[in-house]
Amino acid sequence: MLTKLISGDNPRSPVLTVILLAILIGLAFAPFLFPGVRSLETAARICIFIVLVASYDLMLGYGGIVSFAHTMFFGMGAYGVALACAHMERGFLPLVVGTSAGAVVAIVVAFFIGLFSLRVRAIFFAMITLAVASAVAVLVSQLSGLTGGEDGLNFLIPRELTPAFTLADGDLFGVRLNGKLLNYYLVFLGSLGLFLLLLRIVNSPFGRVLQAVRENDFRAEAIGYRVVYYRTAATCISATVASLAGSLFAIWLRYVGPDTTLSFEIMIDILLMVVIGGMGTMYGAVVGATLFVVAQNYLQELMGVAAKALSGLPVLPLFLDPDRWLLWLGLLFVLSVYFFPSGIVGRLRQRR
Amino acid sequence: MTEIALHERLMKYAPLLLIPVLVLLGFLAIQSTSSWLTLTVSGLAMGMMIFIMASGLTLVFGLMDVINFGHGAFVSVGAFVGVTILLALGGMTGAPSLALNLLAILVAVIGAMAATAAAGWAFERVIVRPVYGAHLKQILVTMGGLIIAEQLILVIWGPDEIFFSRPEALKGAVTFAGAALEKYRLVAVGVGLAVFLAIRWVLRSTKIGLIVRAGVQNGEMVQALGYRLRLVFVAVFVAGSALAGLGGVMWALYQEVITAHMGQEMMVLVFIVVIIGGLGSIEGCFIGALLVGLTQNYVAFLEPKLALVSNIGLLVLILLWRPQGMLPVVKAK
Repeated sequence: MLTKLISGDNPRSPVLTVILLAILIGLAFAPFLFPGVRSLETAARICIFIVLVASYDLMLGYGGIVSFAHTMFFGMGAYGVALACAHMERGFLPLVVGTSAGAVVAIVVAFFIGLFSLRVRAIFFAMITLAVASAVAVLVSQLSGLTGGEDGLNFLIPRELTPAFTLADGDLFGVRLNGKLLNYYLVFLGSLGLFLLLLRIVNSPFGRVLQAVRENDFRAEAIGYRVVYYRTAATCISATVASLAGSLFAIWLRYVGPDTTLSFEIMIDILLMVVIGGMGTMYGAVVGATLFVVAQNYLQELMGVAAKALSGLPVLPLFLDPDRWLLWLGLLFVLSVYFFPSGIVGRLRQRR
Repeated sequence: MTEIALHERLMKYAPLLLIPVLVLLGFLAIQSTSSWLTLTVSGLAMGMMIFIMASGLTLVFGLMDVINFGHGAFVSVGAFVGVTILLALGGMTGAPSLALNLLAILVAVIGAMAATAAAGWAFERVIVRPVYGAHLKQILVTMGGLIIAEQLILVIWGPDEIFFSRPEALKGAVTFAGAALEKYRLVAVGVGLAVFLAIRWVLRSTKIGLIVRAGVQNGEMVQALGYRLRLVFVAVFVAGSALAGLGGVMWALYQEVITAHMGQEMMVLVFIVVIIGGLGSIEGCFIGALLVGLTQNYVAFLEPKLALVSNIGLLVLILLWRPQGMLPVVKAK
């Protein structure tokens, strides 16, 4: 049953199994294990980014396609929900309408980008997606009448998902049973479902063909697989899942803006998470996203402490400044591309 | 000998003709001679600066099939080093003497180009060399290089954007036919043209240029003839980085503000130019850069909100017309 649920894709390493179980349990019981607003924010972020990174990994790790437009699809889902909530009556209907509208737009755009440019080599595709994504980001911030521009949109979600709503009187293990808790579990279960779906896809015959295309597209074509179709399909699936993750993110934050959904920084973050976690392994997304978001939220404090401790020395504190944490992750990124291209998960699996 | 039909001969030069056509279209759409002239000059200036940044990238790609997503880092580094020197020479830039101003700028440009050339050399050795022939790794690793370079700039120069003003001699505008033309833009057009002609001269009339052009066409053959293409490549990489640094200084003087992210932002324009020009082609890169500069300035005047998106429109149109870019040198696999 359990093996079926994860599509037969066992972690294949005791250490990895322990890590994954720890992350799963930690996220499943986050509101009870780590009480506090900030840690709940972190947990929800991890859930959403796992899905986003896993969907990117479907393209990069399994398909060998480098795209820089992934945040664009993420933003489509998020803005779909935001716009629907802003223009429709408060309730669950706008969430459904916005989510599906975002997903439809994402799939159509991905289809056209795919057909238009996947025939050419990886480098071309990477450059074109970079240009398209930046154009969309500019367009979103320019059309301030519709999208709120740089300020983004604040919107109302159903009362049942906000802290104002009380689920039951009293608390459970010291946690108040309110709408926020409900919202978290919506995010958690949604993410879990999407992740299992992606796991199913990569372990299906379709996923195998995709890997064959990645390894040698010429041979794959020669056996009779239409490479462009498979790549386009991978792009479309990946874009759809990314937009669904974006919708979850919007529902959780109750705010959508260019900086939180569309910016190039997030694209770089996704890239770092995929590569550090491990390309071509869905579990890499879990490990990478968790590591990254935790580092983003807590490594900075640690570095601040270290910088203070070394404040007597000449240059070192500058490098340990909390704002420079990305420098270290960038170094880790480059090193991992060179020395362990299969990332943390690939490394753990080797050492069975 | 078969006679070549006129339209076939014209097709060969069609990309070159695009620029005058675009300028004419701009004139028809804008209808006011003075604003059209101003916009054309600033479009050309912008195009020239983008060309300077993009030229190295396209040659590097043509020679070794290496695409450097970290090229933007050199733009930022050049801008920061150049501006730091300019600020240090405040006494010279503030003085109303043309000679002193030019000297200060010259020192800043040389400093910036030296710094980016050194950075390019290090970048090639450390980041690019281990990943020849692997496109996926190239993209990832050079992106990583960009992240690290950007963070190092933040470490050295701090997180705030730096504002400064141009040297006295380059401030203000000259009036020509009722249009105000900013002095600096005219200078930028001149410098860009000079750089383009210099690159063309090197490529067409020197031995090194011959090897580079042959290497872009068919690298294996050049190596078989006994030339060490690797050395040529490193030289082109370093020269391209230095040019990106020059472009960075010029762009900084144009904007009068620099941020660590500027390289990243310029990368998008640079990529568009390289793609529509045709990978590996220096002439295509030049035409592409001018087209992008002109289009952006015209559209910014006619419909400000669409200015930055207009480049994508241009990219799509050109790729629909010529999927490999306007003047492709390298056969895209």
